[in-house]
Amino acid sequence: MLTLENLNELRQKTLTRSNLDDKRQETRVVVGLATCGIAAGAQPVFETLKAETAAVQGVNVYRAGCIGACRLEPLVEVYEPGRAKVTYTRVTPEKAKEIAARHIIGKTRLDEYSEELDFTGQLRIALRNCGIIDPEDINEYIARDGYQALAKALSDMKPLEVIETIKKSGLRGRGGAGFPTGLKWQFAAQNESDQKYVCCNADEGDPGAFMDRSVLEGDPHAVLEAMAIAGYAIGSTKGFIYIRAEYPVAVKRLDIAITQAKALGLLGENIFGSGFSFDIELRLGAGAFVCGEETALMTSIEGKRGEPRPRPPFPAAQGLWRKPTILNNVETFANIAQIILNGAEWFAGIGTERSKGTKVFALGGKINNTGLIEVPMGTPLRFIIEQIGGGIPGGRAFKAAQTGGPSGGCIPAVKIDTPIEYETLLELGSMMGSGGLIVIDEDNCMVDVARFFLDFTVDESCGKCPPCRIGTKRMLELLGKITSGRGEAGDIEKLESLAALIKRSALCGLGQTAPNPVLSTLRYFRREYEEHIRDNYCAAVVCKAMICYEIDAEKCIRCNLCKRNCPSGAVTGGKDVDYVIDRDACIKCGLCVSKCRSDAIKKKNC
Amino acid sequence: MATEEKIARFREIAAAAKGTSGSLIPVMHEAQELFGCLDYEVEKLVAQEMEVPLADVYGVATFYSKFHLEAKGEYQINVCLGTACYVKGAEMILEKIEDMLKIKVGHTTSDGKFSLEATRCIGACGLAPVMTVNDEVHGQLTVDKAERIIKRYMSETGRK
Repeated sequence: MLTLENLNELRQKTLTRSNLDDKRQETRVVVGLATCGIAAGAQPVFETLKAETAAVQGVNVYRAGCIGACRLEPLVEVYEPGRAKVTYTRVTPEKAKEIAARHIIGKTRLDEYSEELDFTGQLRIALRNCGIIDPEDINEYIARDGYQALAKALSDMKPLEVIETIKKSGLRGRGGAGFPTGLKWQFAAQNESDQKYVCCNADEGDPGAFMDRSVLEGDPHAVLEAMAIAGYAIGSTKGFIYIRAEYPVAVKRLDIAITQAKALGLLGENIFGSGFSFDIELRLGAGAFVCGEETALMTSIEGKRGEPRPRPPFPAAQGLWRKPTILNNVETFANIAQIILNGAEWFAGIGTERSKGTKVFALGGKINNTGLIEVPMGTPLRFIIEQIGGGIPGGRAFKAAQTGGPSGGCIPAVKIDTPIEYETLLELGSMMGSGGLIVIDEDNCMVDVARFFLDFTVDESCGKCPPCRIGTKRMLELLGKITSGRGEAGDIEKLESLAALIKRSALCGLGQTAPNPVLSTLRYFRREYEEHIRDNYCAAVVCKAMICYEIDAEKCIRCNLCKRNCPSGAVTGGKDVDYVIDRDACIKCGLCVSKCRSDAIKKKNC
Repeated sequence: MATEEKIARFREIAAAAKGTSGSLIPVMHEAQELFGCLDYEVEKLVAQEMEVPLADVYGVATFYSKFHLEAKGEYQINVCLGTACYVKGAEMILEKIEDMLKIKVGHTTSDGKFSLEATRCIGACGLAPVMTVNDEVHGQLTVDKAERIIKRYMSETGRK
C-alpha cells in the first residue's frame, strides 16, 4: 500500500531523475508520439534520437503525447538546464541525427529547424501534461502532482465536500450537452444501492474530433485519478472506460496506465489506507456512433447491441446493469484533479459567467494551423480562426465553422465575433459538442456539407425508433435530390417539417439532434439551397450534377497528362490539336485537375 | 495456427470470460482477431462456448461496424471520410483507389489481397485527408500521393 509520504517521495525522485522541473541538471528530449505524430513519422525519429544519444551521459529521450501542432509533426522538444526550451518541427530521422550531434551533444541550437510554438491566448488545464510527460510512465504523472488530488480527497474531504467543490467550480460536461458535472454526481450519490458505477465516455465518435484521444494518449492517468475521485464522491468501487477500438494507441496507453496504477496501489483495495477501494476496467467499442449516447453506451458495456433506452429512468438512478451510474466524458474528467487541488474558486474564475474553465478544440478543415488547442470559455471564434489557427490556406475566404459534429451546426462568417460558450452556440443553432471545430471555406458547398452529415446519421442510426430510422433517411433523399439537380419547389419546406418532427419525437440525443446540420445551414445559407433548386447552380462548384470541367487552350501545354490519366477516356487532343473534355463522357472525378501541370483545367458551373 | 488450435485457443478465452457480465463483445473481438471474421461457423462457436443464443451473437455482430461476417483482404485500406477529411477532398482519393483496385468501397479484391473501406473519423484530423493501410496511417494525402502509396503495396503483393 502506498502512503502519501511514499507518493511525495516518488514525486521528488522522478522530478530529479526525469528533469521535469526547472531545476533540471540534465537534458530532457521529448518526442510527440500521439497517433498524429506517429502517422507523420515520429517513431523512427524517436528511435534515432535514442540511438544517437544512448552513449551520452546526462541526456534522456522520452516519448510524450500530442504537443498540439499537428501540421508541424513530427515534433521534438529539447529541455536543457538553464536554457529555454527549443522546439524542432517536421523532424526526419536525418534531421534528428543532426539535432543529436550538433545540439544535444554539441550544445549549438539549430535555428533553421526550430520554430517557437505560439500558445498566446491558450490555457492548458485538461491538456496540462499532454506533450510534456511520458504517458507510459506513472512516475512522470506523479512528478507533475499526479494522484495528489485523490490523496487530498480521500484524506481531507468527505464525499459530499468533493461534490460541493465540483458543483461550485461550475464545471459542465465536456461531451457536448454541458450538464453540470457536480449535479450529476450528486444525483448518483443520493441514490442508495449495493453497487454503483463510474463510467468514462471515450467513444469519441464525432468526425473531426480528437480531443479525447489526445488526452488519453498524452495523460491517461489524469482520467484514472478523476474516476477514482468520482467513485469516492458517489460511493462506487467500480469504473469502466468505454473507448472506441479505432484508437489503438490510446487503448494501449490506458492499459499500461491501469496496470501501473494497480501495481502502485493507486487503484485497487484500500487506496492510501483510507478504506476506499476502486477498480477500473477497459471496454472496447466496436464502431457504432450511437454508443456515444449515454444509455446506448451502457447497453454496449453490458455486451448487447448498443441501442439507447428511454429516459427516465436516468443513469444516476438506473444506469449500467440498472444500478446508479455516472458517465462523464474524458475531457470532463481531465479537469477534476486540478479543481480538487486548486479549488473551486480558481476554476470558476476562468471563463465566462455561464461557462467556466477552458475548452479543448480539435481545429481542422480549411485552416493553416490544424491541431489541438485549449482556450478559456468565452474566447471569440475570430481569435481561434485568425490568431491561433492562422487563417485560411490559399487566401480563401472563411465561410463557416462547424461545431458539434453531426449533432451541431455551423457558425457563419458574420458571427465570427461570437464568444464560444455553451449558450451562445445554442443560440446560433449549433452546439459546443465535444470540441471538433471544422473550418469551412468558400470552396465548400453548404448543402453538400449538410448532406454529408445526414449521410453519417443515416448510416449510424441504430434503427430502434422510426423518426430517426425513417425520418433521417427521407431527409437524406431530399438532400440528394437537391444536390443532384433534381430539387423541386417545396423540398426545403419538406426538410423543415421533417426536421421539426424528428427533433420532437426521436428516442435519443443522436436522433433528436440529427436534423441540426440541415436546420443550421438552412438558417444561414438558405440561398444556396434555393440556387441549387431553382437555378441548378452550386456557388461553391462542388455538386457534380451542376458543374463541368474545361481546358483553357491558352494555358494548356499539351503534355497529355490529363488524357493519359482520365479514367473515362473523356479527354481528346494531341500534339497539334487542342485538348478538349467531352462533357458527356466526363465522370467529374477531378483527376485531370490534380494532374495538370499548367493549371489549365478549371471546374465551373454550367 | 491450424483451425483446431484456434478453436482450442478460443475455448480457453471463452471459458475465462464466461462468468463476467458484459464479456460477449470483448470475446467477439478476440474471436474475430483469431479467425479473421465472424462467419456463421465462428458465430455458432461463440454462442456455444459463451452459452448465449446464436441470435444474440448475430445481433451484436451485425450492429457494430468493426465486426464483419466475411474475411477481409490481407491489406485493409481505410479511407477516412470524417468531416475534416471530407472537406479536404477525401472522396476523390477514395474514387481513385476504387479505380486502381477495380473494386467498390466495402469490397475485397478477388485475389483476397486488398479490401477497401470508407471509415469514420480516425482522429488524425490535423493530417487530413488520411487513410490507413492495416495499422499504418498515411496523412496529408493528395490523389497522387495516395496513388503512389497504393502502388507500393500493390507491387509488394506482386500485382500490376
